Amino acid sequence: MLKELNKNKIMFLMLLPTLIFFLINSYFPMVGIYYAFTSYDFAGGLFGSPFVGLDNFKFLWQSGMLLKLTTNTVGYNLAFIILGNGLAIFCAIMLSEIRGKLFKKITQSVMFLPYFISFVLLSVIAYNMFNYESGFVNTVLKRFEAGPVDIYNTPWIWVFLIIIFYLWKNLGYSMVIYLAAITGISDEYYEAARIDGANIFQRIWYITVPMLKPTFVILLLFSLGSIMKGQFDLFYQLIGNNGVLYNATDIIDTYVYRSLKVTFDIGMATAAGLYQSLFGFILIMTVNYIIRKINEDYALF
Amino acid sequence: MSTQTHTQRRIRTQTRAKDSEFNLAFQLIAYSVIIILSLMCLLPFLLILSGSFSSNESIVRDGYHLFPTHFSLEGYKMVFKFPTQVLKAYGVTVFTTVVGTTLGLFFITMAGFVLQRKDFKYRNTFSFFIYFTTLFGGGLVPWYIMLANYFNLTDTYTVLIFPGLMTPFLIILMKNFIRSAVPDELIESAKIDGANDFRIYFSIVLKLAMPGIATVGLFLALGYWNDWFTSSLFINNPDMYQLQFYLYNTMNTITFIDQMAIGTGVTLSQDVPTESTKMAMAIIVTGPILFLYPFVQRYFVKGLTIGAVKG
Repeated sequence: MLKELNKNKIMFLMLLPTLIFFLINSYFPMVGIYYAFTSYDFAGGLFGSPFVGLDNFKFLWQSGMLLKLTTNTVGYNLAFIILGNGLAIFCAIMLSEIRGKLFKKITQSVMFLPYFISFVLLSVIAYNMFNYESGFVNTVLKRFEAGPVDIYNTPWIWVFLIIIFYLWKNLGYSMVIYLAAITGISDEYYEAARIDGANIFQRIWYITVPMLKPTFVILLLFSLGSIMKGQFDLFYQLIGNNGVLYNATDIIDTYVYRSLKVTFDIGMATAAGLYQSLFGFILIMTVNYIIRKINEDYALF
Repeated sequence: MSTQTHTQRRIRTQTRAKDSEFNLAFQLIAYSVIIILSLMCLLPFLLILSGSFSSNESIVRDGYHLFPTHFSLEGYKMVFKFPTQVLKAYGVTVFTTVVGTTLGLFFITMAGFVLQRKDFKYRNTFSFFIYFTTLFGGGLVPWYIMLANYFNLTDTYTVLIFPGLMTPFLIILMKNFIRSAVPDELIESAKIDGANDFRIYFSIVLKLAMPGIATVGLFLALGYWNDWFTSSLFINNPDMYQLQFYLYNTMNTITFIDQMAIGTGVTLSQDVPTESTKMAMAIIVTGPILFLYPFVQRYFVKGLTIGAVKG
């Protein structure tokens, strides 16, 4: 190996900053997994804190926290995957069939815009629309004498709001990917179908939709692999430290962040993070193994 | 014979007529769906903009509207009454965005170039070394403690720049870009002419992969510009807040003061236009993105089209 590296010295040097980056940013912190088995105190540091074995995990499990966090994380992600891809495919098909070039260009840009704004602005938008005293929704409801509704104290509404905000922010992005796939479909198929007398609905159903399957499957597998990873920015900026909403909206990532920044429960937070990482790892390996069995072309690695 | 062609023709014109009817129906549906969704994408921006140009009194009295019920610039005036903090936050974010994007692009392009070279024997090993970090990691807490307590990066520019330098996704994207933009033969012939690998990278690859570099650069810049998370974890000094975290902090502080006011019975909102200030701040912080968006979005679209869905 050394000989090989010596031969390609320059290439190795060019790769070196990237390797160092991942070594520091991703591999070094793995040592800290040890915190999960300690009752961390700041004076003791990494190896000075008392070792407690699996107590942190036991507590997370017995308090019901682990089950709740897992259900929320996986549940929201499933909704994101299904609704997100469904809406993106639907819109991409609509947009691809529209004839007005300028209209197409403008609407696509508009729908892509939310992807570019920060999640902090998202929280400002949520505040503007849903706050009790002056929110836009309550302004409208008041006009119809149906409100005001105290949205920030009503957990079930946020299940829908979080999903809607997710769709709002990500629709443009996934639509671009599906649009690219549609553009890649050869015109000959459509020509042939037209000669055979297929109408536009048939052409979409029998040509476009099946041709989008590979793209959909790849995106689906990628997102299934990371189903344990929560959209931290989205949840934290919308919910923040509003304890009333935790039951319906707390995911592993927000719990870990709060334990680190608010309650300073280092051992517990590391344990929850490790559980997430490990469970996610096993999941992605299993998914990949099954896919390899079924159709090797779709395997992630 | 002639009747047969006649009926055939008639059937064909009939299906064509039916087809155009379906087409019309479809276009109608498609246009309405897209128009409605586009409006829903724009509406929140309009609400914020309208709020920022409303007088605080009208917001408190009538709530937020799509168009200002009472036009006023007091929110913006309030923000620019004490501009030092906003300008500092702007400075921090512009600095980290420029330095981070430049450094990140330099590293990512080099890595992408090397990892797609077929004559670099260990490219798959190194690729997996990078990809593995998306499969498994230590989690947030060990990462935080390492950077804060062992590298002592609290309140430094290093911590604002370092974590955002690259992601496995961007490296893979760049690798695909370079592979499709730079033919192997070109690299071969440059090698025969005696150019070393860095020279090939610097004078050939960087030029040919320009669209890809633009896309990855925009991803990086967007990441730095929209970052609030790093400040929230590592920055205690208000002079070093990133712009988005400054907005986040201001929103929370104003809400906190309002709640205090309700609790103590002392109302501040008469003197301080809290609501319109919040919205004006949001517009000032997001402004550059909204302004640049029309010019840069096509690079995103192009980049995603080429790089993300490789067949």
